[in-house]
Amino acid sequence: MVRFLIRRTLLGVFVMWLITMAVFALFFVTPNNVARTMAGRQASPQVIEQIRERLGLDQPVWKQYLDFLGVTGDGGLLQGNLGFDYYYSRPVSEMITEALPITISLAVGAAVIWMLLGVSNGVLSAVFPRSFVDRALTGFALFFYSMPTFLLGLLLLYFLYFQLTLAGFRWFPPGGYVPLGDDPWGWFVHMILPWVTLALVLAATYTRLTRASMLDVLGEDYIRTARSKGIGERRVVLTHGLRSALTPVVTQFGIDLGQLVGGVVVTETVFSLPGLGKTAIDAIVRQDLPVILGIVVFASAAVVVANILVDVAYAVLDPRVRLH
Amino acid sequence: MSEQEMARTDPAPGAGGDSAPADTAAGIEARSPWTLAARRLLHDKVAMVCLVVIGLIVLLAVFAPLVADLTGHPPNQQYRKTGLSPAGLPVAPSGEFWLGTDSLGRDILVRIAYGARISLLVGVIATAITVAIGVVVGLAAGFLGGWVDTVLARLIDIILSVPFLLVAIALVSIIGGGLFNTVLVIGAFSWASVARIVRGQVLSLREREFVEASRSLAAGNARIMFVDILPNVLAQVIVYTTLLIPVVIVVQATLSFLGLGLPPPTADWGGMLSESQKYYTTSWWFVLFPGLALLVTTLAFNLFGDGVRDAFDPRTDRMMAAKGGD
Repeated sequence: MVRFLIRRTLLGVFVMWLITMAVFALFFVTPNNVARTMAGRQASPQVIEQIRERLGLDQPVWKQYLDFLGVTGDGGLLQGNLGFDYYYSRPVSEMITEALPITISLAVGAAVIWMLLGVSNGVLSAVFPRSFVDRALTGFALFFYSMPTFLLGLLLLYFLYFQLTLAGFRWFPPGGYVPLGDDPWGWFVHMILPWVTLALVLAATYTRLTRASMLDVLGEDYIRTARSKGIGERRVVLTHGLRSALTPVVTQFGIDLGQLVGGVVVTETVFSLPGLGKTAIDAIVRQDLPVILGIVVFASAAVVVANILVDVAYAVLDPRVRLH
Repeated sequence: MSEQEMARTDPAPGAGGDSAPADTAAGIEARSPWTLAARRLLHDKVAMVCLVVIGLIVLLAVFAPLVADLTGHPPNQQYRKTGLSPAGLPVAPSGEFWLGTDSLGRDILVRIAYGARISLLVGVIATAITVAIGVVVGLAAGFLGGWVDTVLARLIDIILSVPFLLVAIALVSIIGGGLFNTVLVIGAFSWASVARIVRGQVLSLREREFVEASRSLAAGNARIMFVDILPNVLAQVIVYTTLLIPVVIVVQATLSFLGLGLPPPTADWGGMLSESQKYYTTSWWFVLFPGLALLVTTLAFNLFGDGVRDAFDPRTDRMMAAKGGD
């Protein structure tokens, strides 16, 4: 186990290093005119050149990369420093720390809903395969799976914010974020629609996974043994069946959570939540490369870490799996 | 359905046992797995309805100029007098504008028809590129093994660890959001999952006897990979392809929605929905119809893809492929 962890961590660090190189190359080698944009339309070439110098853009790309890593220059990625934002010179790591709680609020809350919804629908479908319930739940899942996230967000806003407010029920706000520490109820109310949006789109995958895995498990010998011992059906399904059926679901869950750290761009944009995704989009609009780079590196790290954790969880949940 | 098919394909031992062998042989129709899959698909009502819907959307896209002629409204023509209310807001569906107008007084129906062209074009071309790269990389990694596999497998890991939507948005914002660039960015980052599936399959296929047989007949690596092994992974690739098209369509619409789509006057669904965001409180049709077009298209492709999967492997569970991103 320890050897496995060391090996996987080293591999993860290697993958991260390759990712930083690839992302750096993509963003810094492609022509960008951020200095020109910042200087404004009337700026003279000298001013633009000054800005390029200040941002370090006049250096060769390899030098910029080594500075970014922290091998040269005054502190970089290796020292936990992700650089500074072009416009206000704020540390990128600080921007990430500020945005992260919002993204985590969104991801964790949505995860609770989609797991409850996905797993319970999957179990129901598996217990009554090919029945009306199965088909209805499958249809429900597929409908939301096919729905682009931004469309679902807009529809929820239209019906649950706009129409309800028109009808005199001010239950949901149109968007924005209230920190949990300031006003727990306000936080909850502001997060409901984003949670539901994200959860409905993702629940489908879990319904399918749970259903398939549950159908496999329910066909196993030990389930028949449990039934023949006279254990009630509810307990057979929920205690004996679900426990081992959940292994692939947990795997998918870990991977999804890791990806959501950098991947809730759309939901955050539609509901104006200033999380990592929204911060990234704003940075992209301003061509603020250090911020984009910092968030991409951070989000990739989340995926890499999540993948390692999933492998470990797999071995813990299923003793038959050996880690090499 | 599958059981019936199997009963029909399996010549029962007793049936026709008295007749001459030649007659029996003539009565038995040889059916390849492909024919069987095609038959199962043809019997799948949901899949067939979806195929018809997809066909209708294709027709709408192909004959978009006809829709423009029929309504008398070119896609980018702004009707500032008839297409906007005195307050400057979009007008509701009427005899003149069947599905209403947008914020610039343009006909939504005609723009949906033209938008279908973009969605389908990007969906099909980007998927084709993705699948082509994924299959070649997966075949090479799985079959050649050694350092080729080490390098390619690492590359697949990297691509799968990159937050796709974020990088796609950033790249499109830097290189510009034309049709070509959109297709390029989607293709460049989506092939890894195809490659991973193909690689996994090839790893077990390359140990099989038919590969050994082919090699003993002096077949080269390329021949074994593309002539002997490829047909064996094709079924899975086809299933994945049909399920990838709607995902790509959604990604393209999402890029447009975030303002990184095609340059302004071009009609595309994501862009229309992006504009409609500001008007959803006053003009429901502006959100509803483009949204419906997008939803019906992705739903039809997903249900059809589901049917294709079912047809190739009747035992599998009827649902879709895992979805990435949000």
